[in-house]
Amino acid sequence: MAAYMITSTLRRVLLVAKHASFQSRCCVASSRVQYSTVYDSNEKTFDKILIANRGEIACRVMKTCKKMGIKTVAVHSDVDASAVHVKMADEAVCVGPAPTNKSYLNMDAIMDAIRKTGSQAVHPGYGFLSENKEFAKRLAAEDVVFIGPDTHAIHAMGDKIESKLLAKAANVNVIPGFDGVVEATRVILCSGGGGKGMRIAWNDDETREGFRLSSQEAASSFGDDRLLIEKFVDNPRHIEIQVLADKHGNALWLNERECSIQRRNQKVVEEAPSTFLDPETRRAMGEQAVQLAKAVQYSSAGTVEFLVDSNKNFYFLEMNTRLQVEHPITECITGLDLVQQMIRVAKGFPLLHKQEDIPINGWAIESRVYAEDPYKSFGLPSIGRLSQYQEPIHLPKVRVDSGIQEGSDISIYYDPMISKLVTYGATRAEALQRMEAALDNYVIRGVTHNIPLLREIITHPRFISGDITTNFLPEEYPEGFKGHQLTSEGRRELVATAAALYVSAQLRSQRFLGNLRVSTTPQEQRQWELCVELEKGSHTVAVSRSGSTFTVEVDGVTVEVSGEWNLASALLPVTINRTPRVLQCLSRDAGGDITLQYLGTQFKVRVLSQLVSTLSAHMPEKVPEDTSSILRSPMPGSVVAVSVKPGDVVAEGQEICVIEAMKMQNSLIAAKAAKVKSVHCKAGETVGEGDLLVQLE
Amino acid sequence: YTHIYTHRQSVAQSEVQEQSRRWYSVSHLSVQERIDRKRNAALIGGGQKRIDAQHKRGKLTARERVELLLDKDSFVECDMFVEHRCSDFGMEEDHNKFAGDSVVTGQGRINGRLVYVFSQDFTVFGGSLSGAHAQKICKIMDQAMMVGAPVIGLNDSGGARIQEGVESLAGYADIFLRNVMASGVVPQISLIMGPCAGGAVYSPALTDFTFMVKDTSYLFITGPDVVKSVTNEDVTQEELGGAKTHTAVSGVAHRAFENDIDALLNLRNFFNFLPLSNQDPAPVTECHDPSDRLVPGLDTIVPFETTKAYDMLDIIQGIADEREFFEIMPNYAKNIVVGFARMNGRTVGIVGNQPKVASGCLDINSSVKGARFVRFCDAFNIPILTFVDVPGFLPGTSQEYGGIIRHGAKLLFAFAEATVPKITIITRKAYGGAYDVMSSKHLRGDVNYAWPSAEVAVMGAKGAVQIIFRGKSNQAEQEAEYVEKFANPFPAAVRGFVDDIIVPSTTRKRICRDLEVLASKKQTNPWKKHANIPL
Repeated sequence: MAAYMITSTLRRVLLVAKHASFQSRCCVASSRVQYSTVYDSNEKTFDKILIANRGEIACRVMKTCKKMGIKTVAVHSDVDASAVHVKMADEAVCVGPAPTNKSYLNMDAIMDAIRKTGSQAVHPGYGFLSENKEFAKRLAAEDVVFIGPDTHAIHAMGDKIESKLLAKAANVNVIPGFDGVVEATRVILCSGGGGKGMRIAWNDDETREGFRLSSQEAASSFGDDRLLIEKFVDNPRHIEIQVLADKHGNALWLNERECSIQRRNQKVVEEAPSTFLDPETRRAMGEQAVQLAKAVQYSSAGTVEFLVDSNKNFYFLEMNTRLQVEHPITECITGLDLVQQMIRVAKGFPLLHKQEDIPINGWAIESRVYAEDPYKSFGLPSIGRLSQYQEPIHLPKVRVDSGIQEGSDISIYYDPMISKLVTYGATRAEALQRMEAALDNYVIRGVTHNIPLLREIITHPRFISGDITTNFLPEEYPEGFKGHQLTSEGRRELVATAAALYVSAQLRSQRFLGNLRVSTTPQEQRQWELCVELEKGSHTVAVSRSGSTFTVEVDGVTVEVSGEWNLASALLPVTINRTPRVLQCLSRDAGGDITLQYLGTQFKVRVLSQLVSTLSAHMPEKVPEDTSSILRSPMPGSVVAVSVKPGDVVAEGQEICVIEAMKMQNSLIAAKAAKVKSVHCKAGETVGEGDLLVQLE
Repeated sequence: YTHIYTHRQSVAQSEVQEQSRRWYSVSHLSVQERIDRKRNAALIGGGQKRIDAQHKRGKLTARERVELLLDKDSFVECDMFVEHRCSDFGMEEDHNKFAGDSVVTGQGRINGRLVYVFSQDFTVFGGSLSGAHAQKICKIMDQAMMVGAPVIGLNDSGGARIQEGVESLAGYADIFLRNVMASGVVPQISLIMGPCAGGAVYSPALTDFTFMVKDTSYLFITGPDVVKSVTNEDVTQEELGGAKTHTAVSGVAHRAFENDIDALLNLRNFFNFLPLSNQDPAPVTECHDPSDRLVPGLDTIVPFETTKAYDMLDIIQGIADEREFFEIMPNYAKNIVVGFARMNGRTVGIVGNQPKVASGCLDINSSVKGARFVRFCDAFNIPILTFVDVPGFLPGTSQEYGGIIRHGAKLLFAFAEATVPKITIITRKAYGGAYDVMSSKHLRGDVNYAWPSAEVAVMGAKGAVQIIFRGKSNQAEQEAEYVEKFANPFPAAVRGFVDDIIVPSTTRKRICRDLEVLASKKQTNPWKKHANIPL
């Protein structure tokens, strides 16, 4: 697309790019990836690479390019014009409007951008065009290097049916009986990736429904509505092997990544190595992965995914012919820069490492931080503007891969991932401990995020023990995720901190600078009798202060809280009974309502003076509206289908309409049996979170 | 209305009746005992049954409200022994006399700072206004003006004390006069916590800020019954004069709160923004937010497409201390945002066009809303920050017929006459006359900044090209030329109409520094009896 046809747009872009440049420098400086790899400046690869992607992965690729002295070109949609990846790049080209099929999937526009900028190679990142053989072919036709495997491998592995046959031929273990009739089945898109469109069906009805939804998603996301149906392996772990191969027949396996913690078949927490694999199994898996890579003359980085059952039998699932989202954990434990290796290999350089050079140094954990509401099906997308955003990169051994910054918009058009938060340490325990601290110190305001869920997972005894399967979330939270459940000690800590914060704020509001007309007679109050309400419970609290330490008596038990009590800071580091903790204060108002993030979860606390508490009894209860007869959109998105019209009688649980957001289709159902009173949406419309869709009688 | 109360009072108060008779008939009581009895009687107002009824309505009593509003033990009451002087309709009977009558008055402290308060007592004759009631209010208002301290009125009154006739009306007028005299001398705040009807509404209307309590407060000239009989309209109290009506439709009230407690606690918070009088500087509180904090989010907040909206509140909260912004009239004329915030601890008044609503244009309601706010800030030494993204005045017959010319002139007048420090930031559009109005350099703006996305011009490119190149083809090219020349900050910057083009993320830092410099600003307008703002 001929970008910047209108001069005004061009001018504005230049102006903003200029004053924003210091920011992108911050971004580069903040990446503290510790690679053992040497960046050999004599090894000439490319002068200029175009990154056909957006967000964190585009930034990730650019960071390595900068280290290798390669100029970078970003492509972007119009709404991404001021995105971080655009600022980081040396050049940027607009390739179309916001919808991905008109911009990031728009091959014509991207080819134009390559020609215009004279890029010698393209890194596709993941998703979008990364496994599109058509794109790879078009690049080849114009002598532009595709940084990834060649078209043959993409084709062979991209088709889930063909890839299984190939794997079988290469002596790789495959799932038994996938062509037979079985009780539980899974429906998978043929061209899909990342679990999108993958559904489990336990009976005939669900198979039919899954078939319908999956084929729709497949058609809209990949333009290919073929489906694969196979036996569903119960209680499996998802463990994948990272492979790296060059064009000279060398292939390495870079150990495994355990990706069992998933929701709706999408990964949430990953770690490397896996607690489950012994060296023999690891080697067996690694060797099979390399066999497969060699069988398809694979070059570049790739991932062979396996399902591993409780007896350590492993079955080939699929091979991803691209850089994976979770590649940083492999980089952490091996010290390799995978992007650098991909670029070297694409240029035709042989691998410098031997299999025995590949170490497992310590342990790395990755949490995928998403802009989504974890209380709805373990995560439904949310959108908004990041009004405040601070990554916990001040902590040691924390790596954050992100493509957003304070002020960025999380829109309905793209993946709602905020960042990949990676921590590492000598041992798993150390990495986990750092992850806890990193999550507590991560400031995200303006969008709902899944940190409550992430923090619960990484501190869950079962997760800590390593006893996990891909069913971990539904098994541990059968009623859905409800946030951190407070112990009575935790309750006291939270109540005490809220009370101390309240008193700090009260005291501060009495301090005026240079104002002589403030009463000098009353002595500063030393003792506060308060009432703190938390989750429908009420606590009698007595607070006394000495310097910055508050002694808080909660229902007769003494809790000591000290801290800086900086009322402007998003983080609230305190020491509670000698244990250091980092809480966050999300809001604090004049009425005594305080929202605190404590152990990852947000709690609403109300701190009242005794007087207010007593008088509150007289305040009228305001009745919230009855929601069972109202269907509201649980997230922003577009309406795919409306299955009812006014006057229809619906059964409880019947599908009313389907909303698509971030390429996921969500079927909304009736909360009760009733007659449809009115329909407020129609297919094709865009709706916001909380918009009224359908009203029942 | 009040008649009913008097009647109910006599039934409900039979016990008190017994007692109060004795006060006057029994001579063996010492003076001290009589004082104590009066005091105790004053403390329970209309008696426990009426207090219970008040609570049942979800409302607090006059004294409970004062206690919540003021610092602990700081209330000093005045005129506890005042009684009404009416002698008609049986009002002279002892049982119809209440110590303190239907209002509690006095002074106290909010976070250590002096304030005068009156709180109408609905449990005594429905809080109706007697001559004595008015006299009590006038007394504290006079004192407030003498010492220079704000007056807060907690209104909960059925209206005039009909039994007193003209004396009650005179009482209202006495209060109105003082409201007017105090205007611009000490801040005056009304919090409507129950009915406020008839002539009584004009006292809140004359004060600087009127707040309401949702669902339990009403403000109207005439109630639904009279409306029905005169205009045959069917309307509920809530629709006619409830909090929603006045904060969103009429613009009479500046904000509404959930209930009595929420309102009073918020009022305490609000009070901290205000100076005590026009002789005092705007307060400076201890601030934990670094004054040189960068706000990176502002660098990307203005969209590339000039037609795309963004939320001005994001900018305001981004730059303000601790993201705290006390918005005034958040639900009325939303195309302009006004309210209080702090910069490095110092109170500032902020005015901003809101691109999210009606493109942030100026119309009748937004002009009036902005003008009144600017004049309050100017009267009370509060610096004014103005964020400009305005495409112009709203065109159309309804605006012209409604008098946008004279109403728009109010905002222009207010900005022009203001002598407090004035800092203006043009974030995007500053078109036409609206550019002049929005605290431009030409209206004595002290510091005027432009963001790189600013466009100061007579109008947008399309309209301009249609006039300049009327009838010529190739408009796209000419539009581009116009954009290149005018749709950027340079034309204003080369003429010195903006002092600098600043990086948006540094806005907070720049403003804090400028405010410190401008703190000693002295500017006076020519002597006049008063100006003649186009009302």
